[in-house]
Amino acid sequence: MDVVVCVKQVPDTEQPIRVRPDGSGIDDQGLNWILNYYDEHAVEEALRVREKHGGTVTVVCVGPPRAAEAVRTALAMGADEAVHVADPALEGADHLAVARVLARVIGQLRYDLVLCGRLATDDNASVVGAALAEYLGLPQATAISKLQIGDSLATVEREVEGGVELVKVPLPALFTVERTINEPRYPTLPGIMKAKRKEIRTLGLADLGLEPGEVGAQASRVRYTRFEPPPRRQAGQVVTPDSPEEAARVIVRFLQETAKVL
Amino acid sequence: MQNDVWVVADHAGGNPRRITLELLGKGRELADAREGRLVAVVLGHGLLDLGPAFGQYGADTVVAVDHPHLHAYTTDGYTEVLSALVRERAPWLVMVPSTAWGRDCAPRLAARAGAGIVTEVEALWLEDGRLLTRRPMYTRKVMGIVEYVGSGPHLAVVLPKVFPPAGRQEGRAAQVERVEAGVSEPRSRVVETRSLQRERVSLTEADVIVSGGRGLRGPENFALLEALAAELGAAVGSSRPPVDSGWVPHDYEIGQTGKTVSPTVYIAVGISGAPQHLAGMSGSKYIVAINKDPNAPIFQLASLGVVGDLFQIVPKLTEEVRRLKAQG
Ligand SMILES: Cc1cc2nc3c(=O)[nH]c(=O)nc-3n(C[C@H](O)[C@H](O)[C@H](O)COP(=O)(O)OP(=O)(O)OC[C@H]3O[C@@H](n4cnc5c(N)ncnc54)[C@H](O)[C@@H]3O)c2cc1C
Repeated sequence: MDVVVCVKQVPDTEQPIRVRPDGSGIDDQGLNWILNYYDEHAVEEALRVREKHGGTVTVVCVGPPRAAEAVRTALAMGADEAVHVADPALEGADHLAVARVLARVIGQLRYDLVLCGRLATDDNASVVGAALAEYLGLPQATAISKLQIGDSLATVEREVEGGVELVKVPLPALFTVERTINEPRYPTLPGIMKAKRKEIRTLGLADLGLEPGEVGAQASRVRYTRFEPPPRRQAGQVVTPDSPEEAARVIVRFLQETAKVL
Repeated sequence: MQNDVWVVADHAGGNPRRITLELLGKGRELADAREGRLVAVVLGHGLLDLGPAFGQYGADTVVAVDHPHLHAYTTDGYTEVLSALVRERAPWLVMVPSTAWGRDCAPRLAARAGAGIVTEVEALWLEDGRLLTRRPMYTRKVMGIVEYVGSGPHLAVVLPKVFPPAGRQEGRAAQVERVEAGVSEPRSRVVETRSLQRERVSLTEADVIVSGGRGLRGPENFALLEALAAELGAAVGSSRPPVDSGWVPHDYEIGQTGKTVSPTVYIAVGISGAPQHLAGMSGSKYIVAINKDPNAPIFQLASLGVVGDLFQIVPKLTEEVRRLKAQG
């Protein structure tokens, strides 16, 4: 069972993130960059599939040179091989364009299964996974919380409104994973040492036979025009009531008179 | 048709769900601005009286595709049918609800139809003839303004509860166009659906949410929140620790790794207000926080913060609401 995992590097959400004064983007000075949270779960699931069924785990990443760090993290967790597409022409590429680049890379690999995180915690888009499945012509299931590999069929669970679906999907297939699917392992010291020696195959668009006009900003159908801080919430009041009864009355009054939901 | 606005319906047997009404409301406004038609696209099987069901909420036309393979959502079935319709009729804008199926289908549809896609949309407007959207990013610490490039079709995956539902116009009916479409056998198959249906409204549709955090201390204490929610007609949610500790299932979770909700009132009980939690609920209209720590960060954005012990306050609050309702 050869598994490909797509990973992205994102800013750590623990830290403050600010918009540049001119609204052109986020202020990336001093940001701590990490492997996307959901992608850790995807890497973990790939490793579990390999442990159970044999095969290889290949990590594929599209992102600027600094993203190699996130790829290293995935290698340190135990992935076998890695491909990193870094090209300045990808600046301003939309999610569909990124998916097309990934499809070009993965189309040249051997795989039975492609895994992605359910979303990336920087822009929350949830677009690349399903779009990639389309470009690769694969069946898909998104936001899965359980994966079982059978002969030529995977059985997955996914949370939907008001329930959980059990879906049978023929392989090869693409899945995006929910965080409840597993508990990712931490890279071990030997793992980290080994990852340092592994080669990351770094490619540009030319190596993939792609033109900037196909996957760069010019090919994008959507464009970020500006970034804004979130709307300021109106300052509220904090009270310390004398008794629970008084607290209850204050809240009820608020629900009635201000929020008007009672 | 270049000016038409489509709403791909989330529906139960041909009856639009609340999020569909929200999309129809916004869709009507945009279709009027473009002098286009508002079209409800309804996929399913055994669909009956669609004209009034969608027309009374503003749709001019219903495009209905009725096929056994569309009885329940499948990625393949929906993508095949929708992409063929979009290619053939070239609408200006296609609005898809941000539900489990909407998020599964929309990117694939965009890729196949060559449409620009924006997800997690919480505002849509025209500016000098261009269509713009606003969406939360980076755990809601940043709002991104995204513009569609070119003449369309544009695809918007819209969050629940960000637009008011369309008002009902008694007696208004839409023209129904039934489209005969061949639908291939879908590759994947849903073999079972285990219901987690709770009695009350769902989290993403609720006007009031009562949400519990680590301060609840154990699963049994969620009963306190359930009782309050029952009186308020509210849904119950949680921060992440109660999910990780197995007190409540994952579909309760609100935040970066859970649901995004925007109710009228969000009552945070024993929740400190970590950025990853705020990511999922700071779009709420009003926030009420009950916390014993006066320095809890949640108080910085609460419309009403109450410092005190939740175990004492919540039962009294439930009683007070009950008393009030009894008075009528
Ligand atoms: C990548 C990542 C993703 C995450 N995603 C999410 C997410 O989606 N959703 C989420 O919620 N968290 C998420 N978290 C976790 C988040 O960082 C916080 O740890 C979490 O939100 C804290 O939950 P809490 O407020 O319930 O618990 P705590 O922070 O422990 O707060 C408990 C609060 O209860 C109060 N309290 C205790 N006892 C009482 C009492 N008797 N009466 C009144 N008040 C009391 C305390 O004063 C305290 O403020 C994520 C973290 C990471 C790293």
